[in-house]
Amino acid sequence: MNKVQLIKLIIICVFASVVLYQSHKVEAQEPVQLPKHAPAKTDGKSLVVQLCDGETNLEVKGVGPNERLDLEKAQTVSNQLMAQWLAKQPKEVAENWLRESLNARTEAKTTATQENKSSTGQEQVADFSSRDYKSWEKELAKEIAYGDQIFHDDKLLGSTNGVSCAMCHPHAANTHPETYPKFQIQLRRVALLRDMVNWCIENPSRGAKLHPDDPKMRAIEAYILAQRKGVVIEPGKH
Amino acid sequence: MIPLKWEKRLQEYLNKRENWLKELYKTGSTWEGRRKFLKMSAMAAGFAATQSFVPHSFQLVDVVNAATPDSKAFTFAYISDSHLYEKTLNERFVRQLERAVADINALDPQPDFVLYGGDLAQLGQPGELKLGAQILKQVKAPLKMMVGEHDWFLDMGDLWKELFGKHYYSFDHKGVHFITLMSVNEKDFWTAKNLSPMQRMQIVSGLDDGRQSAFEVGAEEREWLARDLANIPKTTPIVVFSHSPLYKLYRPWNFWTDDADEIQALLQPFQTVTVVHGHTHQVLTNRIGNIHFHGMLSTAWPWPYAPQGLPKLTMQMNRPDPFNQTEGLGDGIIDVLGNGRVNKRYDLWNRNPMSVTAKYLDSNGQEDLPAKTSLPSY
Repeated sequence: MNKVQLIKLIIICVFASVVLYQSHKVEAQEPVQLPKHAPAKTDGKSLVVQLCDGETNLEVKGVGPNERLDLEKAQTVSNQLMAQWLAKQPKEVAENWLRESLNARTEAKTTATQENKSSTGQEQVADFSSRDYKSWEKELAKEIAYGDQIFHDDKLLGSTNGVSCAMCHPHAANTHPETYPKFQIQLRRVALLRDMVNWCIENPSRGAKLHPDDPKMRAIEAYILAQRKGVVIEPGKH
Repeated sequence: MIPLKWEKRLQEYLNKRENWLKELYKTGSTWEGRRKFLKMSAMAAGFAATQSFVPHSFQLVDVVNAATPDSKAFTFAYISDSHLYEKTLNERFVRQLERAVADINALDPQPDFVLYGGDLAQLGQPGELKLGAQILKQVKAPLKMMVGEHDWFLDMGDLWKELFGKHYYSFDHKGVHFITLMSVNEKDFWTAKNLSPMQRMQIVSGLDDGRQSAFEVGAEEREWLARDLANIPKTTPIVVFSHSPLYKLYRPWNFWTDDADEIQALLQPFQTVTVVHGHTHQVLTNRIGNIHFHGMLSTAWPWPYAPQGLPKLTMQMNRPDPFNQTEGLGDGIIDVLGNGRVNKRYDLWNRNPMSVTAKYLDSNGQEDLPAKTSLPSY
């Protein structure tokens, strides 16, 4: 090999590494922004408490901005805020809310008395009511259903050749999420489930890969993981 | 650049292999050469058995069968489940069907006929079916067509029938009675929901879409089948083609035929019955009484094995590699033996072919076992 060839080789190597680096960069995409409430306006003399809707505010007269409310006072403030919020709601919503919160309190109490009492009469606080569980299940089901939809819809996935996930993975079969992380020689790194999802989007489906925090990616992962939840792991196979 | 050692070695090996193959073909054309050819083929088979791969060319010669008294009477080939979109949307599926057609056309000797196993189109669109018809015209051997649900549920088979003729029929070939069924009828789930033909097609095209009904042959066709079989002697070998497996494997994916029991009852009186089906896109083997069942490979994509109900006689094919898009796909041939039983060969692309023989099924899996999988389905 003479000098010219050596120089050529070096130039090619540098060029190739630049191309490789570029192709491995994830397209800049904004991660999901969680909602943030604007702080309540205050004159700086008294404490202003804001409700979780980000709109309903209450100025507590006679309490400074950095002062701490005692438990009793805080409860009063909280009740007043809720009353303000309820007054703004349509009649049906308000009634529904009152009924649900009443039920939740009763149910929570029942749980505490039946299950959490020891033989000595001591009881642990029942942290979560059935309403809590219901709302979590609802949110979870919503996410999984969205993932289910994307998984079965090539257009929603961003496929450009009509190939959807479910065409090879009915009910997410053979996605085996429980086997990750693992070193994947073809990806030249330890792969997570999302890496394989993106591989499938880019290759069989010829779509644009998703940011790891893209709502679609999260929903697809939720659907796949939910399909395999509770599957017994077989050593040697999984 | 300095040539690397392994490159040199690879080139040497390839050259050697090419010369050797050339000689094989040359000697095959004369009588004296043919004897030498068989000898060399046997050597090649021995060589192949010690290698981790089998060169594609050796699939053309079935030396073992030609030498035994239970020899093959004739051979037919199959291509199935191509799921074509129009070429502008998805060229890969088109290329893969063309590859299968090229495979079959390269068989020497040519098969007596070629079965197309259904699901030529993905969404029953005229553009898809016509494209498929155009590609299948290149098949050199006579073509026997079968319909799949993806071809059917847009216009309930109108265009398919116009292009390819009757959707169920029978014919006799060299002493074997062949029957092609339309086994993917579904009970009406669309009228009550006021669905458009396209919505109906899309629901049926989703393998795991629970809104559709179960596949069935249906009363009308069952009556036809009974009439068709009435005059056939019970000793005549029967080979049935159906798109869905003619037994109940896994209902959530329609690996299933709802009136399978009735069909099997019609077939059980016959001594030798084989069912060859599509739809499952995998190596799939079953035996119920006197009936042997074989699946067909797809040219579009492989399906995972059903999570439950897999027949005991099924030797799974290796889990497809997601980094290789033609893995787990292919086509194949079926040797019909003198006794009417069949040896089924799955010519998996990029892999060793898998043979599931009559001997394996007749012995209930005791003899002539196909190679075991090293990567079973999850």
